[in-house]
Amino acid sequence: MARAFKLPDLGEGIHEGEVITVLVSVGDEVKEGDPILEVETDKAAVEIPSPYTGTVLEIMVQPGQVVNVGDVLLTFSDGDKAAEKIETQTASIEADKPTETSPATAPAEAEVPPAAAPVVTVNEAPADRKGPVPASPATRRLARELGVDLHRVTATGPGGLVTAEDVRTFAASGGERGLVEIEETVVAVPLEGAGTAAAVPPLPDFSKWGPVKRMPLRSIRRATARQMTLAWSQIPHVSSQDEIDVTRLEAARRRNKSEVEAAGGRLTLTVFAVKAVAAALQRFPQFNVSVDPTKGEIIRKSYYHIGVAADTGEGLVVPVVRDVDRKSILELAVEINDLVQRTRLRKSSLEELRGSTFTITNIGAAGGRGHFAPIINYPEAAILGMGRARLKPVVKPKQGGRYEIVPRMIMPVVLAFDHRVLDGVEGAKFLEFFRTTLEDPGKFLLNI
Amino acid sequence: MVMGELMQETELVVIGGGPGGYAAAFRAADLGMDVTLVDISERPGGVCLFRGCIPSKTYLHMSELLHDTSQAASMGLRFSPPEIDLDAIRSHKARVVDKLADGLVSLSDRRGVQRIRGRAVFEGPDRLRVHESEVSHIKFRHAILATGSHPIPFPAVPFKKGGRVMNSTGALALAEIPDSLLVIGGGYVGLELGSVYASFGSKVSVVELGDRLLPGVDADLVKPVQRRLEQSFEAIRLNTKVTFMQEHADRVEVMIEGAEGSRQEQFDRVLVAIGRKPNSAGLGLDHTGVKTDERGFVIVDDTLRTSDERILAVGDVVGGMMLAHKATYEGKIAAEVIAGEPAAFDARAIPAVVYTDPQIAYCGLTEEEARRQDRKVEVHRFPWKFSGRATTMDATEGVTKMILDPETGRVLGVGICGRDSEGLISEGVLAVEMGALAQDLALSIHPHPTLSETEMEAAEIFTGTATHILPKRRK
Repeated sequence: MARAFKLPDLGEGIHEGEVITVLVSVGDEVKEGDPILEVETDKAAVEIPSPYTGTVLEIMVQPGQVVNVGDVLLTFSDGDKAAEKIETQTASIEADKPTETSPATAPAEAEVPPAAAPVVTVNEAPADRKGPVPASPATRRLARELGVDLHRVTATGPGGLVTAEDVRTFAASGGERGLVEIEETVVAVPLEGAGTAAAVPPLPDFSKWGPVKRMPLRSIRRATARQMTLAWSQIPHVSSQDEIDVTRLEAARRRNKSEVEAAGGRLTLTVFAVKAVAAALQRFPQFNVSVDPTKGEIIRKSYYHIGVAADTGEGLVVPVVRDVDRKSILELAVEINDLVQRTRLRKSSLEELRGSTFTITNIGAAGGRGHFAPIINYPEAAILGMGRARLKPVVKPKQGGRYEIVPRMIMPVVLAFDHRVLDGVEGAKFLEFFRTTLEDPGKFLLNI
Repeated sequence: MVMGELMQETELVVIGGGPGGYAAAFRAADLGMDVTLVDISERPGGVCLFRGCIPSKTYLHMSELLHDTSQAASMGLRFSPPEIDLDAIRSHKARVVDKLADGLVSLSDRRGVQRIRGRAVFEGPDRLRVHESEVSHIKFRHAILATGSHPIPFPAVPFKKGGRVMNSTGALALAEIPDSLLVIGGGYVGLELGSVYASFGSKVSVVELGDRLLPGVDADLVKPVQRRLEQSFEAIRLNTKVTFMQEHADRVEVMIEGAEGSRQEQFDRVLVAIGRKPNSAGLGLDHTGVKTDERGFVIVDDTLRTSDERILAVGDVVGGMMLAHKATYEGKIAAEVIAGEPAAFDARAIPAVVYTDPQIAYCGLTEEEARRQDRKVEVHRFPWKFSGRATTMDATEGVTKMILDPETGRVLGVGICGRDSEGLISEGVLAVEMGALAQDLALSIHPHPTLSETEMEAAEIFTGTATHILPKRRK
């Protein structure tokens, strides 16, 4: 019997991927679970395991091809002679096994220990994802009318039933602020961008003025374009800048560097910043939120998962360090190092790229010397941008009312935050706390 | 202009006046379209009304009456043996059909649907030639094909009007009560019409190629029917095939080949009920972009559009379950699609009813289908011997079952065998379509004593709250 293997549902919001490598050839015997393809999605590169044991009959895709969820990738023969009927199956992916048995937990939060995720009330994965989405005929028609794909609607009914209200909420959030819907309208149908995405005027013919080359906007680049357009158009950003004297911290960092290295970590300023931000978020929980415009609510999270933007060479990816408040500097140094390394190699799982409550981006390593205004990682409420720390002349009071100019290590930082829920005063206080924590190792101990 | 060369223009032409066609025409007219309905008959209704559902159910109602009166003696009611007046029965049937057909004519006229009698053939993607009609050509903006299907004849033995080898139409004409009737095909048509003739006194034999009656219906639902038919029929022969058939003036000679070898037999009449074929040939579809599959069914998408953008198709001619109510649903969808409404065929539970006695009705996922899909389901059966109402009616040969999602208890399918299943199944359809859980059925009060309680109690086996059946011991 021949079986077709379709690109499985890779999880929330992801509906396409680019085939990076095909790891099998026609005629290969594969066992269930053997990797057969590597696919790069918007968020990570994932290996897709074979759902069957059998022989590869046909390969329908090639590297570089963009495939959608549901597309047939390969067909298998399981040796049965009666190969008249093609059975299809979509497999689940290791990286994204939604906790189907527990509808109260959203798949994105699957790794979060239950106690740490009390605010998660989303009821995402319907238990019977395989079959049609449970919804009444009238609801189904409403979904067609509003152009809503029922598979993507958060179900609030019993056992994963999608109600008419769910569909309306989803559609309304798409028209206004919904992540998923906007993703589609902004990128897939850019000219018809409903809601906030203003109509984009047609581009001139650039080739009139010289040779041009057109390239598709792909994978990470495409996701970034989508995410940034969304964040920039939805969140009224305010930014607040400061300079932090990290001389003493830098000295402490150097002193302990080799010890951390021996443990397999890398002690960077980012590690301290991650820890200090978690402390600041505990002190100012109004920064650890997401706005739910459809319900008119602020969702405050009682966990501190910090995203650390990493440059992969092909674009920016944000792996997430979970429960920063409960981890030591040493633990964080090891974990962040590992996470960033794997992310750069595109080996992090999708789960590791989800669930952040606040993001830090550091352009210091790339030589960024000044202040820059980062864009908030939607749907978070704030982001911290760090520049490179370098020696600068600083005026210091001396005893006797006099002043002196001394060289100090100064790091520029910018805090961008969502002005819908936060004001300048709070931004200044947050930054002040963050600054004093990093400037004075004594304070650091006290604050974290 | 010469008579017969009249060209007419219409916004929507519906070809075929059966339940799919007239539902489409009516809905379209209600949506404000200018609609023309072309059918070979004078009045709308199609096979269903004139040669199918309605006449057969008229007779089957009598069969039930006959059965009930014969059973009543055990309850203390004795009737004298019934007299069967075929002329009166036929005219009763004709009155039933007339009443409904006249109703359709009136509904059609009052909606402003123009009815044209004739045989429509496409001459191009936007025009029809109408044969045997006063309007010769119709130019249309949209067309809905609803041409239905016809019974497949036995190889090399064409059906003749009034012949001894009959299709369902011939059998429903009820020319006589033959002493012996051979029914070829153990599907619902053969069993229903076989039941009618058996109750009127014919010795009915059924031959079926497969190893069971009613292929596609879950075996546990077929069992009570088979038990009853084994009593009322002369013979039910499975794994048996008719290899030869010849019609004589006074009998039909057939060669029947079964497990024990070939045997020549004689019957007064033969009913061939081996399936139906779509009416897609001879329509001039080659002048349009409409494509058909290898069996002749018109290929449509879920909005019932064919591969020709102007033309949609509904009912038997597109295949699937060849049932009137499916055609009606599709007809309405097609009209709404043309009107630009967000309609599509997305039914999850198409009910099917077999009007044997006891009846079988089912909808949604069947156990067989679940097995084929390798889908995990939980099945709960409530036998009618525990139903108060079934006992009062002496109709305890029955079962109601729920096919449920094991995780949530969502109702995926319902199957019923027993008296009046036809009416009970709609609760199952609603449950499946609404995405209801077993608990929803369990917590909805069902009137007592009714047969509908069997649906509630079957659902309650899942929730562990059934009253009239002992709960399974908890693990």
